[in-house]
Amino acid sequence: MDLIAFKMLVGNKAKYYGLIFGVMFSTFLMAQQVSLFLGLMVRTCSTIGLVQEASIWVMDPSVRYFDEIKPLPDIDLYRVRGVEGVKWAVPFYKGTAVLKSGSVFQLVTVFGLDDTSLIGLPSQMVLGQAESIRAPNSLIMDEGGWKYIWPTDPFEINRSVEMNDHFVRIVGICDIPPSYASLPQVYTRYSEAVKLTPQGAHTLSYVLVDHEPGTDPAVVAQRIREKAGLLALTSNAFEWRTIWYFIEKTGIPINFGITVLLGFIVGAAIVGQTFYIFILENLMQFAALKAIGVSKGQILKMVLIQGALVGSMGYGLGMGLTALFFLVTKDLVALKGFTLYAPVMVGVGVCVGLIILGASFFSIRRVLVLDPAEVFRGP
Amino acid sequence: MTVALETSHIDQDFLSGDGSILHVLRDINLKIHSGRITMIVGPSGCGKTTLLSILSGILTPTRGSVCIFGKDISHLTDGEKVTFRRQNVGFMFQSYNLIQTLSAAENVAIPLLANGIAYNQALKEAYALLDQLGLEGKGGKFPLKLSGGEQQRVAIARALVHHPKILVCDEPTAALDAAAGQTIMGILTKAALDKDRVVIVVTHDNRIFHFAHTIVTMSDGRILSTEAMQKEP
Ligand SMILES: Nc1ncnc2c1ncn2[C@@H]1O[C@H](COP(=O)(O)OP(=O)(O)OP(=O)(O)O)[C@@H](O)[C@H]1O
Ligand SMILES: [Mg+2]
Repeated sequence: MDLIAFKMLVGNKAKYYGLIFGVMFSTFLMAQQVSLFLGLMVRTCSTIGLVQEASIWVMDPSVRYFDEIKPLPDIDLYRVRGVEGVKWAVPFYKGTAVLKSGSVFQLVTVFGLDDTSLIGLPSQMVLGQAESIRAPNSLIMDEGGWKYIWPTDPFEINRSVEMNDHFVRIVGICDIPPSYASLPQVYTRYSEAVKLTPQGAHTLSYVLVDHEPGTDPAVVAQRIREKAGLLALTSNAFEWRTIWYFIEKTGIPINFGITVLLGFIVGAAIVGQTFYIFILENLMQFAALKAIGVSKGQILKMVLIQGALVGSMGYGLGMGLTALFFLVTKDLVALKGFTLYAPVMVGVGVCVGLIILGASFFSIRRVLVLDPAEVFRGP
Repeated sequence: MTVALETSHIDQDFLSGDGSILHVLRDINLKIHSGRITMIVGPSGCGKTTLLSILSGILTPTRGSVCIFGKDISHLTDGEKVTFRRQNVGFMFQSYNLIQTLSAAENVAIPLLANGIAYNQALKEAYALLDQLGLEGKGGKFPLKLSGGEQQRVAIARALVHHPKILVCDEPTAALDAAAGQTIMGILTKAALDKDRVVIVVTHDNRIFHFAHTIVTMSDGRILSTEAMQKEP
């Protein structure tokens, strides 16, 4: 009877493809939107993870997320260095400047790294050497930034640009994840960075810290908070603080949530309705099966097999489509680093399962309460 | 000639739409023999289909009992009735009720599959029976590609494929023209008649009365007469 259930559904091409399409559409919409959302959330704190040498980030206590800069007085660097358990502490600068080159006027994010240690220097280079920023008036730019500013120019070393009335050279192109702000990103030394950007009284954005071996970074961070009166977070905690800020304080999760919900509802509507109509059209046939002596359990199994069939086909195709989407767009700057995460696949699978179960449940009820005597009553 | 099916004092009441009780069948006492064609005839609404539902183990009568081959089926549980029907009853419906997305042979195979016979074996038997009923080479076709008479022959095959002890047919010729109706009844009686099988045909169609060995006439929920025809099987 299982094979009969399969053939019964597959034989109805229009319904079968309609159902698969519905599940596929809904799978794609949910998986793709959730992935984009997660990708975006990862972007909000991508720079934090990039600075692998530092285990603790120290900042003004009012900072809520990575991009929110509240400069500290330089003295704070020395106060942090004095805290027990701190192996080293270096300054980290983050600001924005206008880059001018010919007719180009482009706002860029400027990172300034400790002049001697260059803590936070990108490790993946597309062109040139990252260490070249030790030379005066030098910076490296991210690949996506270059493509954004000069879409048709091939990468080149030593291109001269003007920032804040200073002339600087681009001495390398690095490969880093795009930032949430989607601005081109440049790295230079701390002392250069403060010259390239318009300044207020203080310039120290963050103090980067590593803990002494044998100490717990969370404990050291706590000590910095107590001793220096600053906010000190482990890299991981700072990433989550940033992500939670975006989740709680912006409309982004709601926007994505609505689309995902829509995917779920539209999918459920298409699948539920089509499946229900399919069952309804075959109601007399199901009544005949009941009269002939097919048990309720067998009929239940038949309907569930039919549901599972369209569910798995549609889910597979939808996931394939999502994977294809991220494959095709992986070289686009706008979507760089976005990917289909395994938990998303599982979560969407659960949603599809719910849709199928719901659709089957409503349809099965009609079949199970059906009086087999109906079969004699004609069409 | 043995009495294979016996009813005693069957009443069937239904609740009508306005809440009053409809006495659809009243005091039905029947003895039906195996090896013969028994026709139940009577005006529309007199309760023929309701009686057929009871005789085939679909409906449990409000009062009275039904004995089939010595077994009282009127007190079976729902699950037991399903098993009883699956093993012992063949059905033919007025509107065929073939599954359109299954081939003729797959439709025929359903009672075998429901009884747990493997797909390939069931299909083999289905094809063989379709061949016997004059549908050589048509087992792979879908019902909509077949004429009404051919579809009803598929339905006959589905009703008989598992060698049921009882065959019930509700208006088997109602959807067919006169000639096709005669042909179908010819095929049906030839294929279905067996000394150990009860064959009950409910019909309005007086053009097929001559296929009957016994005619039970009903009116308004009661049996008016039970008439043995001259001919013998
Ligand atoms: N489940 C039910 N609930 C209420 N009334 C019913 C039910 N089934 C049948 N009836 C009523 O019982 C009466 C007999 O119906 P039945 O279908 O047995 O008649 P019939 O002789 O087969 O008629 P026809 O020749 O038109 O098929 C009708 O009045 C019908 O409306
Ligand atoms: Mg009737």
